[in-house]
Amino acid sequence: MEFSTFVFYAFATLLLSGGIGVILARNPVHAALFLVLAFFSGSGLWMLLEAEFLAISLVLVYVGAVMVLFLFVVMMLDINLDQLREGFWKYFPLGGLVALLMVGELVLSVMTPRFSHLGRNLPPAPEGYSNTRELGMQLYTTYVYPFELASVVLLVAIVAAIALTLRRRKGTKYQNPAQQIRVRREDRVRMVEMNAEKQDIAATGQGEPS
Amino acid sequence: MAEIQAFFGPAWPLVWALFRIVLIVLPLLGAVAYLTLAERKVIGYMQVRNGPNRVGPMGLLQPIADALKLMTKEIVVPSDANSFLFVLAPVLIIMPAMAAWSVLPFSPELVLANVDAGLLFIMAITSMGVYGVVVAGWASNSKYAFLGAMRSAAQIVAYEIAMGFALVGVLVMSHSLNLVEIVHQQEGMLGFLQWNWVPLFPLFVVYFISGLAETNRAPFDVAEGESEIVAGFHVEYSGMTFAVFFLAEYANMILISALTSILFLGGWLAPFSFLPSGMIWLLLKTACVLFLFLWCRATFPRYRYDQIMRLGWKVLIPVSLVWLLVVALLMQAPLRQLPIIQIWFH
Repeated sequence: MEFSTFVFYAFATLLLSGGIGVILARNPVHAALFLVLAFFSGSGLWMLLEAEFLAISLVLVYVGAVMVLFLFVVMMLDINLDQLREGFWKYFPLGGLVALLMVGELVLSVMTPRFSHLGRNLPPAPEGYSNTRELGMQLYTTYVYPFELASVVLLVAIVAAIALTLRRRKGTKYQNPAQQIRVRREDRVRMVEMNAEKQDIAATGQGEPS
Repeated sequence: MAEIQAFFGPAWPLVWALFRIVLIVLPLLGAVAYLTLAERKVIGYMQVRNGPNRVGPMGLLQPIADALKLMTKEIVVPSDANSFLFVLAPVLIIMPAMAAWSVLPFSPELVLANVDAGLLFIMAITSMGVYGVVVAGWASNSKYAFLGAMRSAAQIVAYEIAMGFALVGVLVMSHSLNLVEIVHQQEGMLGFLQWNWVPLFPLFVVYFISGLAETNRAPFDVAEGESEIVAGFHVEYSGMTFAVFFLAEYANMILISALTSILFLGGWLAPFSFLPSGMIWLLLKTACVLFLFLWCRATFPRYRYDQIMRLGWKVLIPVSLVWLLVVALLMQAPLRQLPIIQIWFH
C-alpha cells in the first residue's frame, strides 16, 4: 500500500467517524467539536489532492471562524435533550425518505463515467506551479462575474443580518473617544486664586496640645 | 552521516524530520522559559524593582525552579467537569502554537517546510488556538472560566480580521504567500528603509496591536483579567496542565514577534546592506519585538471589553482596509513609475 493511500484511508475514517459523531453525540458541544474534526479531516483529504489553497481556506474559514461562533452560541444554550428527541419516530419516515433520496443522488452522480475518469492520468504539475495563483487567475478572469455576484450576495446577507437584529435601546451610555482625547485642562479643573486664611489660634483655644 | 542514514534504513526520512522538529521545538521551549524570566525582570526594572534574583546568579535559574514546581504539582479536575475535554483543551492550545513554527524560515535554507502557501498556513493554524481557550472555559464547569472563554473567543475572532487584512497588504507587496519570498522581496541597497514597515506602516501597527490581542496579552488580557474573573479560562487548571497554557501563550508571543520580523522587518536581512545577512538578525529583531510586548504590558492599563471591540472593529479594520486600497493603487501603472515608489515596489 502506498503511503498516500494509507493517509487517505486514515483521513477518510476520521472524516466519517467525525460525521457520525456529529449526529450521535448527546451533547451539542461535543457535536460541534466533532464537526470541527470532520472539517479538518476533509481539509486533509483536499491537501492530499494538492489543492492546498482550498484545504487551508476550509480550515481558515470553517474551523477558524464559523465553528468558533457556532460553539460560542451552542455553549450558551441549555438544551433539554428529551424534549428535543420527542416525536423522533413520528418524523422518522419522512427523514428516512429524504436521506435515501440524497444517498441515491450521490450514488448516481458518482457512478457517471465523467466522475470516474476524474483525476486519472493527470499530468504532473509543471515547475513553479502554484495552486493559489492558478485559482486566483481563474476566479478573476473566466469566472469574474459569478464570483463578484457571489460576493454581492454575501454582502447583502451581512447587511440583512445586521439590519434584522439591530435593536437600539434607549438610554445606553457610550464613550466618545474623540471627545475624550480632545479634553483640555480648562474643561476639568478651575484654579482659584485665593490668599491663605489665618485663624487666631490663641483666641479660639483650638489646635493646642491638650 | 551516511552510516546513520544506513542504520535507520527506510525510516530515515521520518527520523530526519523528527530530528529537525526537535531542533526547532527544544530551543523554542528554552526561549519560552527564559522569556518568562525576561518578562519579570524587564517589568521589575520598569517599576524600579529587582525582579526575581534568588534562584541562581541574578535569578537565572528561576524558570527551571518554576518548571520543576509546576511539574510536581497535582492536577485537580473540578467536580462535574467534562474530564476528557478538560484534558484535551491544553493539547488543543499547544498544538497550533507549535505547528505554526513548521513553515517559519530562519534563513533562506533553514526552514522545516518551505511551502508555497506558508502565510495562509500560519493564519489557518493560529486561528485554531481559540478552540483550546473555548473548550477549557466550557469543560471546567466554572463561571469564571466560562466568562473568560467567552471574552477571549469574541476578541480573537474580531482581531483575526484586522490581522488578516494586514497580511493581505504584505501579500500584495510581495506577490507571494511563501515566507522566504516575502523576505527576499524586501532585500535591497537601502537596507532597513526598504523593508515592508515603511510602505506598510499603518498595517505594521495594526498587525502588532492585533498580535497583542490575539495572544491575550496586556492591555488586551480581559480573558484573564485577575480583578474581575480571577484568571479567566484557565482558572481551574493546576500543575502541568496550567504550564501548558502558559507555554502556549508565550510560544504564540514569540511566533507573532518572529512573524512581525519576517513580514515587516526584513526577516534575516541585515539592516544595512554592507553587513552580512543571517539568522542572528531574525533573532535580534524577534527579541526587539518581544521587548515591545513586555513594554506594553508594563505601560498600559487593561482595556474594557467594549473598548476592545471598538478598537478592533471601528479603528483597526477601517485603517487596514484604507491602507490596503492605497497599496493597491500604488502598485498600478502611473504611480508605480515614480522613482520613490520604485524603492519598494520592484
